[in-house]
Amino acid sequence: MGMTITEKILAAHSGRDTVKPGELVTVRLDIVMCHDVTTPPAISMLVEKGMDSVFDPDKIVVIPDHFVPNKDIKSAELAKRLREWVKRHGLKNYYEVGENGVCHVVLPEDGWVLPGRTIICGDSHTCTHGALGAFSTGVGSTDLAAAIYSGELWFKVPESMKFVLYGSLGKGVYSKDVILEVIRRIGVDGALYKAMEFNGPVVDELSVEARFTLTNMAIEAGGKNGIINPDEKTLEYVRSRTEKNFTVYTSDPDAEYSEIIEIDCSELEPMVAYPHLPSNGRPAKQAGDVKIDQVYIGSCTNGRIEDLRIAANILSGKKIAKGTRCIVVPGSTNVWRQALKEGLLEVFSSANCFVSASTCGACLGGYMGVLAAGERCVSTTNRNFVGRMGSPGSEVYLASPATAAATALTGVITDPRDML
Amino acid sequence: MQGKAHVYMRDHINTDEIIPARYLVTDDEKELALHAMEDIDIDFVKKIKTGDIIVAGNDFGCGSSREHAIWAIRGSGISCVVAESFARIFYRNAINNGFPVVECKVISKVISDGDELEIHLREGIIKNISTGKTSGFIPLPDFAFEIAEAGGLLQSIKK
Repeated sequence: MGMTITEKILAAHSGRDTVKPGELVTVRLDIVMCHDVTTPPAISMLVEKGMDSVFDPDKIVVIPDHFVPNKDIKSAELAKRLREWVKRHGLKNYYEVGENGVCHVVLPEDGWVLPGRTIICGDSHTCTHGALGAFSTGVGSTDLAAAIYSGELWFKVPESMKFVLYGSLGKGVYSKDVILEVIRRIGVDGALYKAMEFNGPVVDELSVEARFTLTNMAIEAGGKNGIINPDEKTLEYVRSRTEKNFTVYTSDPDAEYSEIIEIDCSELEPMVAYPHLPSNGRPAKQAGDVKIDQVYIGSCTNGRIEDLRIAANILSGKKIAKGTRCIVVPGSTNVWRQALKEGLLEVFSSANCFVSASTCGACLGGYMGVLAAGERCVSTTNRNFVGRMGSPGSEVYLASPATAAATALTGVITDPRDML
Repeated sequence: MQGKAHVYMRDHINTDEIIPARYLVTDDEKELALHAMEDIDIDFVKKIKTGDIIVAGNDFGCGSSREHAIWAIRGSGISCVVAESFARIFYRNAINNGFPVVECKVISKVISDGDELEIHLREGIIKNISTGKTSGFIPLPDFAFEIAEAGGLLQSIKK
């Protein structure tokens, strides 16, 4: 019996020839990523237990992003604890404010994510990095602490679910719409504990950046990891960023899947996931007259340069609707710089959007666009749980950058296809 | 362990509800505990006595990986969460903290809010003292108990 890409990577990193779903294995980690919310508690645990060491400083990448630039005194203290730890251990791979960004945008962008690697971070959206054929998953602070200290973690080998995305995407339909449809079909725990492997002609056609949006939201279906078999596009993306060696693993044709789900994406329309679950997707054109107070374009889901280009294309030469505010947050400093070069920041600003530097910010109700009770936001982010972006009385509607930009122009949920 | 059941028989209670991100500026368990479950039940903390038990539906703890969710609940006095199923990262975090979690599919039929429960983790038994009924569950694997007995994952791997 063959193995899936996920099983092959886990086997190779646990000193085995094969692994089977359900087996407990201790996995060697290639990259341990750290941010400003879940890492300070991990550091405190290690110090408290007399374990304040790092397994390999070169394999630890530290990217503060959630509440930096510091949003208040307490978050300033978190960021300071992180910085002091970095200094104490001489960690070179540290991204200070001004060169940082949302960690899941920066990590692949700067060549840390390679096919075949194992990656963890104290953040649920770590599943993003599977788009390059890595095994990448989110953990809590205790796991993070154990990983920093020992360079390994226990894992139960997940069963794999295969998503075959066939057909081709119509105009105005993007990978965000695809993943919202996947989650609508299987539910927010439809892939609980499982590897979500995305295959098929639609995936082949997607750019690498657009693929990150698919794997990013694997956690929103309960998945342990999202993963895509590397192809030429993957290799080109990676080789333009690093000279390091890597091993490409791909699923065997006779690999075993707990389920194979086929989706014809040709019929897909721009989607909006209604409050308060990512699985509440409906076609944007059926929305009716849903008045929107705020539009948010950014995050680890849709804050990459291609996302900003799509939004800018719709907003170019226009003004957003009166009574609606639009907040644009480039996903990283590099994305911000590129958007500046291409004139996108000017397009946004001329349309009366508020453009900030990179941060997780309001995506998780941190700052820079928190919602009041009764307010509605169309957001290109990944979660629309109760209170996710602010007051428990606010509402978040998830959508693609195109749908978000179109909505900013009209002030009500809008199908972007007429504006392209 | 024994405690009063606080039933939130809903699916997908997520970590943003268990401890909203606006409180993640601290990792102090006592401070987090003041806001445990706040976006589901504003009076939660007032209702809880040390040793009490949360009872919930499927996919408890989904969403963000924040371990603050475990700390907030534990800090509020909760001794155990019994749910029909758990989200993956929350479940892992619980095991790594040695915090008891029980997966039991039939709880909605046998436990009501306010019932007094007695839970035997190793044996896989929930005794509902209020009704006299007993339910079974599959206990956590041995390695989870080993982590708990060591005082958590970090103690168990310390060289």
